[in-house]
Amino acid sequence: MDNKQLPAFRAEGLTKVYGSGESTVYALRGVDLAVPRGEMVVLLGPSGSGKSTLLNILGGLDSPTDGRVFFDNQELTAFDDRHLTRFRREHVGFVFQFYNLIPSLTARENVALVTEIAQDPMSPEKALELVGLGQRMDHFPAQLSGGEQQRVAIARAIAKQPRVLFCDEPTGALDSKTGIVVLEAIARVNRELGTTAMVITHNAAIAGMANRVLTMADGQIQHTEVNARPCEPRELSW
Amino acid sequence: MLELFKPLDRKLLRDLWAIKGQALAIALVIGCGIGMYVMSKGMLVSLAETRAAYYERYRFANVWAPVKRAPDALLDTIVALPGVRRAETRIRAGVILDVEGAVAPITGEIQSLPAIRGPHINDFVLRQGRYPDPVREEEVLALDAFAEAHKLLPGDHVHAILNGTKKKLTITGLVLAPEYVYAISPGEIVPDKKRFGVLWMSRDALGHAFDLDGAFNEAVLLTSTGSHEEALLDRLDRLLKRYGATGAYGREQQISDQFLTNEIDQLETMGKLLPPIFLLVATFLLNVVIGRLIDTEREQIGLLKAFGYRDTTVALHYMKMIGAVTLVGVVIGIVLGLWLGHGLANMYQDYFKFPFLLFRAPPDVYLVAVGFSLLVAGVGTFSSVRRVVQLDPAVAMVPPPPPDYSRSARWLELLARWIDQPSRMILRHLYRWPRRAAMTCIGIAMSMGLLIGSSFSLDAMIYMVDISFNVIDRQDVTVSFVEPRNIRAIQDVLHAPGAISAEPFRAIPVVLRNGPRSRREAIIGLGQSPELSRVVDTQLRPVPIPEQGIVLSDKLAELLQVREGELLRVEVRTGRRPELDVPVSGVVKTYMGTAAYMDLEAMNRMLKEDTAISGSYLLVDPDHTEAFYQALKNTPVVAGVSLQEQAQKAFYDTLQESLGTFVFFNTIFAGLIALGVVYNSARISLSERGRELASLRVLGLTRGEVSYILLGELALLTLIALPIGALLGYLLAWTLVQSFNTELFRIPLIISPSTYGYAALVVVLSALASGLLVNRRVQKLDLIAVLKTRE
Repeated sequence: MDNKQLPAFRAEGLTKVYGSGESTVYALRGVDLAVPRGEMVVLLGPSGSGKSTLLNILGGLDSPTDGRVFFDNQELTAFDDRHLTRFRREHVGFVFQFYNLIPSLTARENVALVTEIAQDPMSPEKALELVGLGQRMDHFPAQLSGGEQQRVAIARAIAKQPRVLFCDEPTGALDSKTGIVVLEAIARVNRELGTTAMVITHNAAIAGMANRVLTMADGQIQHTEVNARPCEPRELSW
Repeated sequence: MLELFKPLDRKLLRDLWAIKGQALAIALVIGCGIGMYVMSKGMLVSLAETRAAYYERYRFANVWAPVKRAPDALLDTIVALPGVRRAETRIRAGVILDVEGAVAPITGEIQSLPAIRGPHINDFVLRQGRYPDPVREEEVLALDAFAEAHKLLPGDHVHAILNGTKKKLTITGLVLAPEYVYAISPGEIVPDKKRFGVLWMSRDALGHAFDLDGAFNEAVLLTSTGSHEEALLDRLDRLLKRYGATGAYGREQQISDQFLTNEIDQLETMGKLLPPIFLLVATFLLNVVIGRLIDTEREQIGLLKAFGYRDTTVALHYMKMIGAVTLVGVVIGIVLGLWLGHGLANMYQDYFKFPFLLFRAPPDVYLVAVGFSLLVAGVGTFSSVRRVVQLDPAVAMVPPPPPDYSRSARWLELLARWIDQPSRMILRHLYRWPRRAAMTCIGIAMSMGLLIGSSFSLDAMIYMVDISFNVIDRQDVTVSFVEPRNIRAIQDVLHAPGAISAEPFRAIPVVLRNGPRSRREAIIGLGQSPELSRVVDTQLRPVPIPEQGIVLSDKLAELLQVREGELLRVEVRTGRRPELDVPVSGVVKTYMGTAAYMDLEAMNRMLKEDTAISGSYLLVDPDHTEAFYQALKNTPVVAGVSLQEQAQKAFYDTLQESLGTFVFFNTIFAGLIALGVVYNSARISLSERGRELASLRVLGLTRGEVSYILLGELALLTLIALPIGALLGYLLAWTLVQSFNTELFRIPLIISPSTYGYAALVVVLSALASGLLVNRRVQKLDLIAVLKTRE
């Protein structure tokens, strides 16, 4: 089977329920989804709409109450914890809102932390060049600005050459100018390495740079918008 | 005000519940210290009070004045001496006992019994049976412990050689006596109930047997309060000189009381030394745990202050938390102490023969325990509580910036090049928080030190016994004669079946004087190069006995403050009782007693006597011991027999029972400390770095890889702590050795490699156990939370 024809992710009837009885909360209510390979996807929606839950399930951090997720032709929802760890280790890059860098490691070492355990990584130096931090490789997180820290986090996420990059509110803690520099790094990775990228945000302005915009509300995808001509991040403003 | 407290108190309870594992670990360490204190202090008080009550009720003598033979009429003169409240005379002699079923002869003592009931001074408790009928000469009372060991009951028989005549005696009653609380045969080091017997027989019968009709060979005295004992001893010696006095002595030289005092002193040392160590560790733990807990709660503290809670109210909140943990520790400690105390009392009851021994800690023990714990808690958490007071709410509510790791040591960076990122994280983390790392390290090291310090005594004792029985006293049997005999008597002994070789010795009672210092001792006269019972130096090389002068054990030289080459006044208390100055020709290291040696011929010259000997050391063919013992039992001239093998066995048995139990409990205590320190460090690290570790998991690091970062650090600290712990253990052992330096024993500073190994093993296993406990939490890290939250 030709993998290129397959979507990067396919989800069928994803449901996630927290609690039971009267306190039951539906985070996801039967989400169906296909994310094409190499696309930049932005997930929009207010707090509690289920976008983080969806991303966590796709990223192998959480499992759905019901429904199935396929990555290539492998069913993620059938994986046990060990396989999920391997899946994350080999194929997935994560970028967090609060960077979550290791303070005791330099920028280069934070990236090396991941490349040391990856199968076919690029060098930490190249990854940092890609996000425009070639000059600050030997700085510790405490010596970097927020935007720089987030770009280290992106370098760390993409250095293993992952198939997918998940970014949960990557600009949430940054001002707009710094945010755009970070988004540019994500766009560049998506473009130059062909990494499928999913970015969660509640900032609708960011949607302009996406190939595809999924808008979520009440645990469901309300509508999907395909953007024929995504713009460059620097053209965005908020 | 009360309303204001309520939600905070609820927070307190929930916070405590959340850190219950850590709180319990701290409470346990405090509990160990308090338990140790309550046990040793309580036992000390109980033992001292029991002894005082027992001595008081049964009128334990203050002074003993042994003589060769003195007329009964002399009693009036003795009573008239100033400082004497009451005096009694008696007959006391060494006997060889033979009990059915016992292969070897048994050394014992026999004492005279007044015609009516028991003696007034040194009275005893009649446990079972009745007093002997004064007209029935064969009836005797026997020491309870001895009878019990041989399963003898009133009505049973023992054989005794009384002054050369073998007699069959009937036991009518069993007694406990204050003179034999620690029933030990003279010259032995541990009591052996089976191997030492005491009998009481009617005065008339005993007088007949020992040719002491109308005479006595020992006076026992009660002194009046405030009297000067030294002066009385001098007067007694002068008065009794012509009756062959060997020197009057007080309680401090009465063997049973001496051992009892020794034990009480040891308890006191233990009670002073060990609990503070536990409490010090607890201080450490509280400092580390509470300090770091407060760091993780800084936002909450800021919030409370922003709401308008006063600094003192917030500080009080944390002080209550500390107080609660401490009090739980105190309760654990008191319960543990009482439990251990009762156990120890039972053990002592078997060891020291008291008619009653109740473990009872006086109220001030508990007060001190509570006071000390609170002090420890206060000292341990002072800086943390001060930080709470000083924390500015505006600052506290802003999350702290990421810790700066940029200032690192060059050596560390050089090293870092060669290792993977997780290991770099470990090293930089340690370097960034050196105080924290040091605290953990010292805490672990202390537990190991404590273990070594408390179990080394077993090594030291075993070494001491090995030296005593295999290097110094290599004979199988020591035979003492009733009276000094000509050296030809050696030949008679050698004729006994199984005897291979024999060496003579002579023991004479003396008073050694150096200026104002004097000691009542015995000098042992030995051949010039003895092969069996030898004198050895610190390197365990045999020291030949010089033809001139006297060789002293180091302890005796220290007590008399005399050095090699100086003159010592020797007042002989037997025979012609010469008094002369003798040069100290050598000082040798000994671990037991306060021995003095002379050349046998030189001694006899000094006594102006022919070659007389008191007994002989013997090597016996192991295949013929039974026949040899049988011959001894029927040898009238033998007054005492000491069997090395049985003495050694008794020693090991006692060690296993007493020290073994002690070491066992200390192992548990030390393990708990190590567990407390490591578990707490790991738990706090986890709460501080949980987010960091969870992000690593999200990045695809396996559980094992993440655990490595957290536990690798603790493993490294444990590893570093091991040599420090070994050093602390050595220092503690050294301190204990100094404080256990008594007339009876000097414990050598011997720590076997296996003790170090054992301590290290306990520490490593405890660290491993806490690692596993924490690892369970690492496995359950919440990966999703880290994506959203910050700190």
